[in-house]
Amino acid sequence: MAEVQFRFRDDEPVADPGVTVDAFGEQTNAAAVRLEPGDDARDLLPHLDRIRLVEVNFPVFGDGRGYSSARILREAGYTGELRAVGDVLVDQIAFMRRCGFDAFAPDVALDPADAEAAFGRYADVYQPTTDGRAPIWAKRHG
Amino acid sequence: MYQYDTYDQAMVDARVEEFRDQVRRRLAGHITEDQFKPLRLMNGLYLQLHAYMLRVAVPYGTLSGAQMRMLGDIADKYDRGYGHFTTRQNIQYNWIKLEDAPDILADLASVEMHAIQTSGNCIRNTTSDQYAGAAADEVVDPRPYAELIRQWSTFHPEFSFLPRKFKMAVIASDTDRAAMRLHDIGIQIVRNAAGEIGAAFYVGGGMGRTPMIAPCINAFVPIDQMITYAEACLRVYNRHGRRDNKYKARIKILVHELGKDEYTRQVEAEFAHLLTQNIEPPLAELERIKGFFADPAFEVGAPDVLDRSDPDFALWVDNNCLPHKQPGYIAVTISLKPVGGIPGDATGEQIRVMADLATRYSFDELRVTHAQNIVLPHVRKADLYALWQVLDANGLSTPNLDQIGDIIACPGLDYCSLANARSIPIAQKISQRFQGREQEIGELKLKISGCINACGHHHAGHIGILGVDRKGTENYQLLLGGCEGADTSLGQITGPGFDEDGIVDAVQRATDFYLSNKQDGERFLDTYRRLGMAPFKEAIYG
Repeated sequence: MAEVQFRFRDDEPVADPGVTVDAFGEQTNAAAVRLEPGDDARDLLPHLDRIRLVEVNFPVFGDGRGYSSARILREAGYTGELRAVGDVLVDQIAFMRRCGFDAFAPDVALDPADAEAAFGRYADVYQPTTDGRAPIWAKRHG
Repeated sequence: MYQYDTYDQAMVDARVEEFRDQVRRRLAGHITEDQFKPLRLMNGLYLQLHAYMLRVAVPYGTLSGAQMRMLGDIADKYDRGYGHFTTRQNIQYNWIKLEDAPDILADLASVEMHAIQTSGNCIRNTTSDQYAGAAADEVVDPRPYAELIRQWSTFHPEFSFLPRKFKMAVIASDTDRAAMRLHDIGIQIVRNAAGEIGAAFYVGGGMGRTPMIAPCINAFVPIDQMITYAEACLRVYNRHGRRDNKYKARIKILVHELGKDEYTRQVEAEFAHLLTQNIEPPLAELERIKGFFADPAFEVGAPDVLDRSDPDFALWVDNNCLPHKQPGYIAVTISLKPVGGIPGDATGEQIRVMADLATRYSFDELRVTHAQNIVLPHVRKADLYALWQVLDANGLSTPNLDQIGDIIACPGLDYCSLANARSIPIAQKISQRFQGREQEIGELKLKISGCINACGHHHAGHIGILGVDRKGTENYQLLLGGCEGADTSLGQITGPGFDEDGIVDAVQRATDFYLSNKQDGERFLDTYRRLGMAPFKEAIYG
């Protein structure tokens, strides 16, 4: 399992690897679950109170289903760790952050300077998402 | 027209620096071509057969004189002196060096332009009616709604890695001049019986190898929920669109496979959820944007007559000009389809000439049309002759709008790495073959694609031509009866294909048959629809 390279939270990380969505339904003590692109994030919604870590896997960076999974979880009020794993590249991490990811475990570690530049590139954003940033239209009409 | 504020400007400026950094990392070997490809594609940079091609976004086809002038200067400074206007109301340059691309983006940013999302599997540049703001038949000007969509779709974090590219069009009149129902999402701004403005959503249209006409999934979304509804449409697609086969990955396949009713049900469920998330810009933002699209200061009482004594001018007026909502004004289409020319091409100098004419005679505004021509939307009739003389002196006065020489053609095998056959030489031969007969034939929209991806809109041509590779040689299939617009239809293949000269002969046999059999006032398309394929086929294949 790749190491967590960036983490934007202060709580203690969950040590266990995430179990599959199928296994999660049966293991009532599991606190970590791993979502594959084809999994329906909404299957987790009845169990959010006992989940502390959701790993969302990006087997290839071009498969963007994980972005929707992340937002669906955050929109439902999930406050635990949301970790992007797999083919996580420097030019995707800012989008991921905006969809609610707060931890990143790329298969191949990112250049720290490039990643820092990527996280901070855009001072403002057009859309409200689940990262709490006020969109440009809110600032225009604040 | 819309003008950037500091937020919009900061966005494109940051993009220039981001792309400069990406190119630096690529040139230094820090990222592979495979990793660089989606990044450059998100910025409209394609690696074609001979060079890089850069596609620049022209949001809803609207340009200022200064922007147009910059496009001409870029053609001369970084390309080989040409720009190519595209069927998505954009412009592309075919001879770009990778190391120059960041500087070009910086030049574009200086006039509030960019190449963001002109390619890649994301929401592309939103298109619209080229006569917006000038047409007498529009409910409202559709462009403020398109601008709202532009901002919403720019760097949308959830929808930047969709199953496939995603194209949207916004119109606001029943006369559809933007092929709205052949888009992934087509929106028609409408007014309901209570006088309220709303958005009719047509989802799942497209051309390509499986052409489909979008069904209406919601005839009236309240205008203060339009962005939320679009977000719901996109989320269902992002989650459930096919990713196993790129040829089945467009939203039209999802809508087709689920069925319109089931897709709509899922969208409505997602929409109900998203309404709780407060993602819709306030109406105040729409009002702010609308302020930029107020009517220009038309001269009240401008003379509403034309001196038609010059027959060449009169012919051009009849073919290329459209009535304007304002008395004394007219909307002008400049044809970029000279006989024997490359459809949609203009030289840097021609682009600057058009820019200057816009500044002088059209309230500093131009439009790019999806038929690869340029519109000056607001010209005083009193200025029209002087304007025409400048066009005529610069090879820009071809009087052939919507006629057989006004051909839509993709770049084809002369440039494109996906093409199976050349398109441009076919367009050139057809326009030469029919020179002098355009008036007699009348309205005839002819569209040519060099491969099944249909960038030349061949499915929607009254006559369509599709280039294919047949055992290593170029072969051209003929289609009849396609149409975009309010009565959208898809063309049908006539039969076996033709070689390069044979296809030109076949087009002539089809038009000869039309001329012999048309009834009063019928266009080619009308005669075809009345008689059907069989007699045309017999005339073509004998």
